Amino acid sequence: MALKTDDLRVYYQTLKGDVKALDGASFTLEDGEIMGLAGESGCGKSTLAKSLILLKPPMKYVEGRVRLDGEELPIWDDEKMNSFRYKNVSIIPQYAMNAMNPTRKIGKMVKELLKSRGISPGEKRDELEHRLDLVDLTRDVLSMYPIELSGGMKQRMVMVISSLLDPSLLMADEITSALDVSTQKAVSEMLVEFRDKDFIKSLIFITHDISILYQIADSITVMYAGKLVERAPTEEITGRPLHPYTKLLISSLPKIGAKYTEEKLEGIPGKPPELLEPPEGCRFKNRCPKKEEECDEEPPFREVSPGHKVACWKVKKDVS
Amino acid sequence: MFLNLDKVTKVFKTGTFGGQDLHAVEDVDFGLTEGEFVSLIGESGSGKSTIGRMILRLTSVTSGVIEYRGKDISEFRRQSLKDYYRQVQGVFQEPFSAYNPIFKADRVFRNVKDEFFPEMDNGRWQDKVQDSLGAVGLNPDQVLGNYPHQLSGGQLQRFLIARALLLDIDFLVADEIISMLDASTRIDVLNLLADLKEREGLSILFITHDLSLGYYISERAMILYSGRILEKGVTEKIFRNPLHPYTKLLMASVPRIDKKWEEVEAELEEKQSDIDSGCVYRDRCSFQEKCKQCEEARPELREVEENHYVACHAQEED
Repeated sequence: MALKTDDLRVYYQTLKGDVKALDGASFTLEDGEIMGLAGESGCGKSTLAKSLILLKPPMKYVEGRVRLDGEELPIWDDEKMNSFRYKNVSIIPQYAMNAMNPTRKIGKMVKELLKSRGISPGEKRDELEHRLDLVDLTRDVLSMYPIELSGGMKQRMVMVISSLLDPSLLMADEITSALDVSTQKAVSEMLVEFRDKDFIKSLIFITHDISILYQIADSITVMYAGKLVERAPTEEITGRPLHPYTKLLISSLPKIGAKYTEEKLEGIPGKPPELLEPPEGCRFKNRCPKKEEECDEEPPFREVSPGHKVACWKVKKDVS
Repeated sequence: MFLNLDKVTKVFKTGTFGGQDLHAVEDVDFGLTEGEFVSLIGESGSGKSTIGRMILRLTSVTSGVIEYRGKDISEFRRQSLKDYYRQVQGVFQEPFSAYNPIFKADRVFRNVKDEFFPEMDNGRWQDKVQDSLGAVGLNPDQVLGNYPHQLSGGQLQRFLIARALLLDIDFLVADEIISMLDASTRIDVLNLLADLKEREGLSILFITHDLSLGYYISERAMILYSGRILEKGVTEKIFRNPLHPYTKLLMASVPRIDKKWEEVEAELEEKQSDIDSGCVYRDRCSFQEKCKQCEEARPELREVEENHYVACHAQEED
């Protein structure tokens, strides 16, 4: 397996105390898998991605282990992580538009980046050009400044840079949310191609938009208030969601062909809990239509059918 | 017509010395009848927000006329402009910047009172605020007296809609008002708009980049690209049978949870080839049942009697 996290906890330090943004995440990611990570803002999905590559204050490592390709990833040690970053783990950040140094020409910036990893830029020149072709960028962009590129072009450039050293794990953090629908589709499909062409082994694709995940992901993991609540193959989770939160999330999505006058959709009442002092037990219980007494105890994240994990007391094992 | 746009064009000056022209909106014509819910769908840079801003008089019109109830809105001054804003209001994409973080969120209501209802006594004003908060589905006891950071994005956005309702408006420009909200709350705000239309007879121009939202909510839709309307009509018709290549591209790109991109593309191609290969008249043809070929092949023009040509499969069988 490519990635395995074990009970990973990462908090944010604030004056009022620790915000428990990621509170015990255990999952494995297979080689070649595209895992979609979904959830509302503040659910911890970006924290999970950031903690795997650059865990810096106010983020605080609390506990948990991460293994990548059988090797321990020392996420708590900023310096030791340096030899993994970019080569083994890489990220396309949320604001990729602003990820490039505005004072450097793009080509020069890429060279500097390669040198900093001890790789001679000439060695990667052909590969770089090949990948620019793949994402429909002309080679001229290398002699341009980031400001000369449109938002979509910058996004694609950052995609090329982030994956240039063929990292085992690539994470894409909300990279499609600021793009137009036609660009969204192009960018998402390019990432699938990166995986198909073995530039990257596996991908964690983070978004709040489950319908994009349905298009490209092999599996979907849903987070709520710092916890993993459900994880299953894509078709399974969209077709047969089990956790009440996932069910509500999916049923609140407007579908083409669904009209207000014919089929009124419902939102999810309430809002997520404060993570400074999260409630005991299930964190969704206050918004959950199925809440019962047992929900005051924390539900385990367990497998209910092959490959389908869910954290809810109300879901019985092997319901089919 | 309740609101009418006639050949509305907006040209922005760009370049270092304003030497270049950017046609943000070009020759846009459309009308809204009272109580209608219309979506204006386009990607970024399509000019959709500029149209909304021109209707709200936040941006001037370069040429063309926007009429509200038969009056040219560019002629409104002072009192008549104020009257216009009593009836027409806008709510925008990002609710957070509409609030001053150091004041309580309900200050936005206070500002409306000072500007539009200075005479009204406080008791009656409070009742009015409570009513309009109720109309947007908020519990006044829970939300009044809070600072902006204590409220969620959805609540703040509802606040702004409630603020617009204080003015007894009959037309609302809703510009991307739910794109910043989480999936679980955005549908509530969307349903609220539809309810307001039904309950209060509000007319709404819903500006969005998201086709599925446009479909869900509106009676008519317009597809805007590069400042021009490419396709408009009854929402169902546009979605069931998109004709403009751009509309088709949009339909194929929008991520759906019931169909994969490839399936949608294949479907659209099939539809396309239907029209390409079949008889162009077949949808309206009374012979249609008699002739299966009409769907598959385009009939050739054939001579059926001397100097008389017709292109119809039904005639070929004889």
